[in-house]
Amino acid sequence: MIHARNLPFVTTLAIFVIAYGLCVLQFPNMLSTRVIGNLLTDNAFLGIAAVGMTFVILSGGIDLSVGSVIAFTSVFVAVMVGSFGVHPLTAFLAALVISTLFGCLMGAMIRYLMIPPFVVTLAGMFLARGAAYLVSTQSVPITHEFIDTMLGFYIRFPGGGRLTLLAMVMLIVFVVGIIVASRTRFGANVYAIGGNIQSAELMGVPVGATTIRIYALSGFLSGLAGIVYTLYTSSGYSLATVGVELDAIAAVVIGGTLLTGGVGLVAGTFIGILLQGLIQTYIVFDGTLSSWWTKIVIGILLFVFIVLQRTIIWYSDRRLAVRQLKEV
Amino acid sequence: MSASHALLEARGIGKSFFGISALEDVDFTLERGEIHALLGENGAGKSTLIKILTGVYRRDRGTIYLEGSEVSPDDVAAAQALGIGTVYQEVNLLENLTVAENLFLGRQPRRFGMIDRRSMRDRSKALLARYGLDIDVDALLSSYSVAIRQIIAIARAVDLSGKVLVLDEPTASLDANEVKGLFTVLRQLREDGVGIVIITHFLDQVYEIADRVTVLRNGRLVGSRAISELPRLDLISMMLGRELQHITRDHQAEPETIDDRGAPSIQFQNYGKKGSVAPFDLDIRPGEVVGIAGLLGSGRSETAFLLFGIDRADSGTATIDGKDVSIASPEAAIANRFGFCPEERKTDGIVGDLSVADNIVLALQARRGWMRPISSAQKRELADSFIKSLDIRPADRERPIKFLSGGNQQKAILARWLVTEPRLLILDEPTRGIDIGAHAEILKMIERLCSEGMSLVVISSELEELTAVAHRVIVLSDRRHVAELSGRQLTTDGIIRAIAGTGETEAA
Repeated sequence: MIHARNLPFVTTLAIFVIAYGLCVLQFPNMLSTRVIGNLLTDNAFLGIAAVGMTFVILSGGIDLSVGSVIAFTSVFVAVMVGSFGVHPLTAFLAALVISTLFGCLMGAMIRYLMIPPFVVTLAGMFLARGAAYLVSTQSVPITHEFIDTMLGFYIRFPGGGRLTLLAMVMLIVFVVGIIVASRTRFGANVYAIGGNIQSAELMGVPVGATTIRIYALSGFLSGLAGIVYTLYTSSGYSLATVGVELDAIAAVVIGGTLLTGGVGLVAGTFIGILLQGLIQTYIVFDGTLSSWWTKIVIGILLFVFIVLQRTIIWYSDRRLAVRQLKEV
Repeated sequence: MSASHALLEARGIGKSFFGISALEDVDFTLERGEIHALLGENGAGKSTLIKILTGVYRRDRGTIYLEGSEVSPDDVAAAQALGIGTVYQEVNLLENLTVAENLFLGRQPRRFGMIDRRSMRDRSKALLARYGLDIDVDALLSSYSVAIRQIIAIARAVDLSGKVLVLDEPTASLDANEVKGLFTVLRQLREDGVGIVIITHFLDQVYEIADRVTVLRNGRLVGSRAISELPRLDLISMMLGRELQHITRDHQAEPETIDDRGAPSIQFQNYGKKGSVAPFDLDIRPGEVVGIAGLLGSGRSETAFLLFGIDRADSGTATIDGKDVSIASPEAAIANRFGFCPEERKTDGIVGDLSVADNIVLALQARRGWMRPISSAQKRELADSFIKSLDIRPADRERPIKFLSGGNQQKAILARWLVTEPRLLILDEPTRGIDIGAHAEILKMIERLCSEGMSLVVISSELEELTAVAHRVIVLSDRRHVAELSGRQLTTDGIIRAIAGTGETEAA
């Protein structure tokens, strides 16, 4: 049985399958493993950030700092490795520690100073972007033996496609995210807080610790996304990834997660990412369309999904009311 | 941990919020296998006491013993771990989760660190079966009725804590059959030795289910008695209190009939709304104070909502000076020169961040419409004159009203309506949460207003207050106007008897 709350996810999945089918009808090459491999690699950093965003939105919050944290991380890693000759692994570790602590700090402000997440993470967005400029305003190229090895590592699909290390990292993050959301107490607490924070608190959910962990997780995954982005572009640039948090939010919402929190699936976000990637790929294949069509289609999809979610809520409320009337 | 100790014992509990005392030196004792009703009017301190016992608030003073040893629950989780579980009236469980997820939130069975969904489902089924509930535990909570959710909440709380179960207004949104089902569950739990604290305002239900009652009033303990030794009349007077006897209006000297006050100017005939208040007749003469008495939930505030058009009457007519009028909205009521000071001053009355002056001219501006703004000179003048005549302190019209004391806020709201020169002013609990001095001033002000020809409807749970200011008192019980008292009949005893009268006939 499909729960009403999973209907948006099922709808997204259906739309993706149909859209992919239509694309393949027009361009049979789009079925190739090459295209799929590239789609996963191109969207790896966005997908990783979107997993963190899913947890944040499930808890009823928002994280606007994601794009800036990615930019900061990438510049930080590039400068550490490129200018100071630090080993990439050390730089990665330092970047992850910084971004996670940054998330912790925002979570603590949201919880203990009772400032809305929008405001706190907006401040975080400016802060991280500013910090990125502080590190370097140049585009810093990055070359290192170790990084070349990492980029050279991939699994070959039949048909010539490559599952790169970056795509693998994203897939692992999604799998872990799905398990954490559905099979751990932390995940259950995230849903509980998103459902109704007062009820959750009265039911004994550790709201403070959970809120901090949620934003720490989002910070950590933004940092990881930043590392993946650095590897993907082989450089760090403080002006990069402006507005990526909005793409992540779009993927989460298209994936069926309610912006008000409490309802949604990490797997839905994966489909949301694939759908965005599919649109971009289609535009590349078509060759005549401009890239802003991606934005237009995503805008339309967002509208459709918001309306769909409203309709489902309205419909299930009405059905419940009818049933209760019958009981009387 | 010997059996001689009470299950839960609280001694000398005190708590204040921002310097205003909510609970003072309250004792409370709960035995094993006892259903203990906690009673009192709004603001009596029931919820505060419950929240202290269940770890939501921290007490300022006092000690809590559980089975003889001192405990100090710092948060809900700590109280739950100690064995004190709570079911709140509205904020309860999570609609976006399944039944099983709700039952096991925070204590899910795990295998290899992962939540074991199958075991959770099986245990949920088994748990609910004990309460005679056979439902799909994987369905969302929101797909079940309030009554079933209530049972699920109780099942969770008992399974989680097991010693003490606190129920806050559990029957408020249940129908008679559902209440019966709930009580069966509670009796079963009592047999099992669970100590149950129940907050309710339905006295019939108290007599049906409770073994003992504890009554609070104005944050203080009135008393704790076995229900079998407590006649309904005594219980009501414990709740409403009648120890203060400073009657300022001499009813004995007043004529039995009040026709000499002139013809009624405002009349409500057969006025009512289904599910809110049964149809009633109400005539109000110029310069008359009509009191409305009744227990919490008897329809006091609902009557005010009808009179002021907040709730739309579905039967009856309203006439003013012999002309039919329609009071279908607060706007219409204001247009007919009615005013209303609601019970929840903080949420429904003041606009906290606006200045005293802005709050005072609010209703006048609303009546004039936004096209004709009140000039700032006029606003200053009006505000200053009322600050002076009502003695609002501090006398600073530009200060945000949220920084004023409760009594001064109430005066400002009164001023808001007086600016509009109403013919009928409805006051819902005008003296709640106000210190003694301001209390007397407000009563004096009511006297003065009606001597100037204004009609007032005063709703209050303080019976002395009603007998002091009102010419006539309408008594409500069970959402029905059951009696009208005036002249010699108008005493606190008379009101209590009128409230209890219907209760007893209904119970019989």
